[in-house]
Amino acid sequence: MAQQLFAYIGHKNGIADDPALELITAAKKIYADAAITAIITGSGADLAAVGNELASSYAEVWKVENEACAYPNGEVIRSLLVNILPPDAIILFAHDTFGMDLAPGLSIKLDSAFVSDAVDIKGVDGTTLTVIRQEYSGMASTHVHADISNGAVITCRPGSFQPDESKSANGQIVDKSAAAGDLSAKRRFLEVVEAEAGDVDITKSDVLVSVGRGVEDQENIEIAEELADAIGAVVSCSRPIVDAKWLEKARQVGTSGKTVKPKVYIALGISGSFQHMGGLKGSPFIVAVNKNPKAPIFQLADVGVVQDLLEFVPALTEKIKEG
Amino acid sequence: MEILVCVKRVPDTAENEIEVKSDGTDIERDDLVYSVNEWDNYAVEEAIQIRDKIGGSVTVVTVGDEESEEVVRREMAMGADKGVLLSDEAFDGSDGKGLATILKAEIEKGNYDLVLTGAMADDGAAQVGGMLAAMLDWPYASVVNTIEVLDDKKIKVGREIEGGNQEMNEIDLPCVLSIQTGINEPRYVGIRGIRKVAAIEIPVHGAADLGISSESVGRGGAKVKRVDYFVPDLGEGAEILEGSMDEITEKLIELLKAKGGIK
Ligand SMILES: Cc1cc2nc3c(=O)[nH]c(=O)nc-3n(C[C@H](O)[C@H](O)[C@H](O)COP(=O)(O)OP(=O)(O)OC[C@H]3O[C@@H](n4cnc5c(N)ncnc54)[C@H](O)[C@@H]3O)c2cc1C
Ligand SMILES: Nc1ncnc2c1ncn2[C@@H]1O[C@H](COP(=O)(O)O)[C@@H](O)[C@H]1O
Repeated sequence: MAQQLFAYIGHKNGIADDPALELITAAKKIYADAAITAIITGSGADLAAVGNELASSYAEVWKVENEACAYPNGEVIRSLLVNILPPDAIILFAHDTFGMDLAPGLSIKLDSAFVSDAVDIKGVDGTTLTVIRQEYSGMASTHVHADISNGAVITCRPGSFQPDESKSANGQIVDKSAAAGDLSAKRRFLEVVEAEAGDVDITKSDVLVSVGRGVEDQENIEIAEELADAIGAVVSCSRPIVDAKWLEKARQVGTSGKTVKPKVYIALGISGSFQHMGGLKGSPFIVAVNKNPKAPIFQLADVGVVQDLLEFVPALTEKIKEG
Repeated sequence: MEILVCVKRVPDTAENEIEVKSDGTDIERDDLVYSVNEWDNYAVEEAIQIRDKIGGSVTVVTVGDEESEEVVRREMAMGADKGVLLSDEAFDGSDGKGLATILKAEIEKGNYDLVLTGAMADDGAAQVGGMLAAMLDWPYASVVNTIEVLDDKKIKVGREIEGGNQEMNEIDLPCVLSIQTGINEPRYVGIRGIRKVAAIEIPVHGAADLGISSESVGRGGAKVKRVDYFVPDLGEGAEILEGSMDEITEKLIELLKAKGGIK
């Protein structure tokens, strides 16, 4: 008998997170014909709305309704999942800051296999599940075997699985609130502090010149600024540039920065990690300048230039100024 | 406060091109430059700053081979008080759970209030901290970018969530936190600093010292195993512009104009 498949679905303001439909595709790659159960937690009208939304895509929707889950505290939700999941369950999460927070510990409590940040799933042979993941920020891919005889916890990279839009499930909503158990935790949620707005709003610009660690030095940021000035663009950046305090946080593109939808994105010395590219939406025309021909960004860019940006970019700016 | 920081020696991706070996068994390791995992440096810096403010000690620990000793020494040069290397053939091929099992055994030999890991290492798994916390039955918070010690029973931490927003939590001690980059500015370690700690003896603990049965760790104990490395066929990828500097810049300017990239 195939093991029971679950997907935990996060939501905000009564709307399921994007991975809701991607996790169906991932689950079907484990067992093609399995009925998949969505699990949602929260409270009030938002939870009801998400439940109704998901019932059209999932065979069953388990909901746990409790004030203690009004904000998804990973510690609280981990313990309630331990209480409601059957033994040897296979449960999927999005590989986001919630999944990263809760999933590894859940696998310990369930004594099941843990596979993190799956980018593809190849299927099950006996009790062995084959998954594809990446290491070294996308510079090497691997096949991973997981022994799922006692279940599995798997986080799936957002955007890596096609959303399943079939909406053919007509599923039923099952209230599991009574089985959730003690919802007190040694970590208590206080509040969410919104990111500060910066001097510029990079989300408003059609053209972004984005700098990454390849710029090597704070002084060299000028090179990007000069190009941006010459073409009427705004300068954005990857995370290490903000960590080094060379540019303000409001200029960071990525999952923990801004989501941008420019028409043209010029990436200078950026490797192309999924956390960075995750902030780039609306399929812009991507130009990548990187001295390493194997940099993963060349898989995602439209046009690539394999050059030292410190030489190439000033030459480009010069030529543009010449008209 | 007694603080333990878990650190890992990893190939420095800023310094190396990572290549997959043709037989797929590993990446090319000749001539690789190794360093401390980026996230772990921030974790050690944070631990040192907490100690300097309220007292206590900082211990760094790694699971690895003999060569991993160098990262422990480097973090001691930063200012950690003690270092431990956990090394044994029985540990080879451990999965995340195996690593957490080994680290847990070391933690239980001490009397720690706070354990820090990096948010993620070279394998991109972001798993060891959360597993360790669950095994210890301590609370956990991931991607932490601020720590404020409230008293000797609890601390306040910020987690950096999507969009750069910050989720504030109060968490009881002892606890495990995974640290996000940018939480501080890790201090520079010069040659002089390294020299100062060059002669310090770094204890090595193996499976027997830690009371770990070899079936629970290593390749045999792993439920999750990497079977190979490969280079995925991802289709065409970018059109790479070739030619002289002049030709490339001209071609690029043409393309940018066509796509509305030059105003
Ligand atoms: C929870 C979490 C959230 C994250 N959120 C974000 C986010 O929002 N945004 C983000 O950007 N990252 C984010 N990251 C970090 C992400 O994983 C990567 O570490 C980061 O994106 C790498 O930035 P980079 O590409 O600039 O640097 P690297 O990966 O170091 O790449 C530098 C590139 O520059 C090239 N290069 C070097 N010198 C030159 C030169 N002279 N000329 C040309 N090319 C050169 C190199 O070949 C390399 O490809 C997050 C990580 C975590 C764990
Ligand atoms: N071999 C190891 N020895 C000590 N700590 C480790 C080891 N591997 C991972 N860690 C810790 O776990 C964190 C997350 O790594 P990972 O779960 O592998 O992505 C790292 O930043 C380290 O703090």
